[in-house]
Amino acid sequence: MKVAVVKYNAGNIFSVIHALQRMGVEPLLTDSAEELRSADRVIFPGQGEASNAMHYLREHGLDKIIPSLRQPVLGICIGQQLMCRHSEEGDVDCLGIFDAEVKRFIPVCHEDKIPHMGWNSIQNSKPSIWEGLDGEFVYFVHSYYVPLCEHTATVTEYIHPFSSAMQKDNFYATQFHPEKSGKVGQQILKNFLEMTT
Amino acid sequence: MLAKRIIPCLDVKDGQTVKGTNFLQLRQAGDPVELGKIYSSQGADELVFLDITASHEGRKTFTDMVQKVAAEIDIPFTVGGGISELADVERMLSAGADKISINSAALRRPELIDEIVSHFGSQVCVVAIDAQQDEKGTWTCYLNGGRIPTERGLFEWAKEVNDRGAGEILFTSMNHDGVKQGFACDALSQLASFLTIPVIASGGAGRMEDFRDVFAQGHADAALAASVFHFGQISIPELKEYLRKEKINIRI
Repeated sequence: MKVAVVKYNAGNIFSVIHALQRMGVEPLLTDSAEELRSADRVIFPGQGEASNAMHYLREHGLDKIIPSLRQPVLGICIGQQLMCRHSEEGDVDCLGIFDAEVKRFIPVCHEDKIPHMGWNSIQNSKPSIWEGLDGEFVYFVHSYYVPLCEHTATVTEYIHPFSSAMQKDNFYATQFHPEKSGKVGQQILKNFLEMTT
Repeated sequence: MLAKRIIPCLDVKDGQTVKGTNFLQLRQAGDPVELGKIYSSQGADELVFLDITASHEGRKTFTDMVQKVAAEIDIPFTVGGGISELADVERMLSAGADKISINSAALRRPELIDEIVSHFGSQVCVVAIDAQQDEKGTWTCYLNGGRIPTERGLFEWAKEVNDRGAGEILFTSMNHDGVKQGFACDALSQLASFLTIPVIASGGAGRMEDFRDVFAQGHADAALAASVFHFGQISIPELKEYLRKEKINIRI
């Protein structure tokens, strides 16, 4: 199986590569349209700031390539946010795969700390690569979130419920980091790699 | 709801883990990568690796270890010890660390916090504070692993660290460290009352009840311990079962 990881200016891409290697997969880190299109799976990971990331994606033509991919694509963290229509972070238009607006967490009480960082549970999972994982904890680090919408695939509660995973057609995304989420995260990555298409 | 975190801490010298009692004596306790893997499989929520080597060769060994940890372990980890400038942070993050922790360097030059935050984001910046309470009740911050007292008080320094944008504070009470009689819950609870960032409590873990108290009374977001885990006095799965029974929100 050929797994491509989208190469762009986001941090923490190597943790995804390590996670895949632990599962016996040697991924290809690339920003080439040809390589991305011919892969069996594409992972769009990262950590960083939305407007800088979008700027890089546009400069490299990735803003056209990613939404046009036909194989299963998995966005992680900022990857999920960039797959939405628009982000409040840097007030930037994003890839528009999910018709949703990325918003900044606003604390309601003293206990609401930003970023939302640590282990939180996923609920109401729709049948997909996260099926059967309701109540399991996964690792989050983020200050912006996607509100609940028609593409919400799992729900997590922090300050208020938000989309901790999303899905539309061949596009999958998680706000959390499966590559840092122990066994549960590994199960999600495994399900993504092994699903029938 | 966000779970409270249990964090084993591994002090690393020349590629081996060690643990000090009251910061002075050191005892041997194994290979850090193997130990980290065991903790991760037992349900540790994060790991902290502190480099207590002073030599240049030791630093290189530590960086190699960080790369190995990043490749083999699937939970977040923080590295600290000897980080004094942006280049050190860059080196640790490129080696695969999720967060770095700074201590003396931040007390000597607080702007380092702002620099790390603006370059790499607040979530990577953990500021460790070692403080001791005197008989009058005043908490003073210490440099160099608890060897040199400073002019800074715990609470005003913690507030400054918070306001400069650090992602977390790792507070070690030198009075409690190594004594195994419980965490500094009063000071922790006071910190939690005005800080807007998470606090990791360190120093004093001896019994499972100490962990319950540090969350329920100290309002800590995470609890860090070393020797109780390294020497098997407390096992993480048992501790987590116990905390869940005590109604602490914990990841199992």
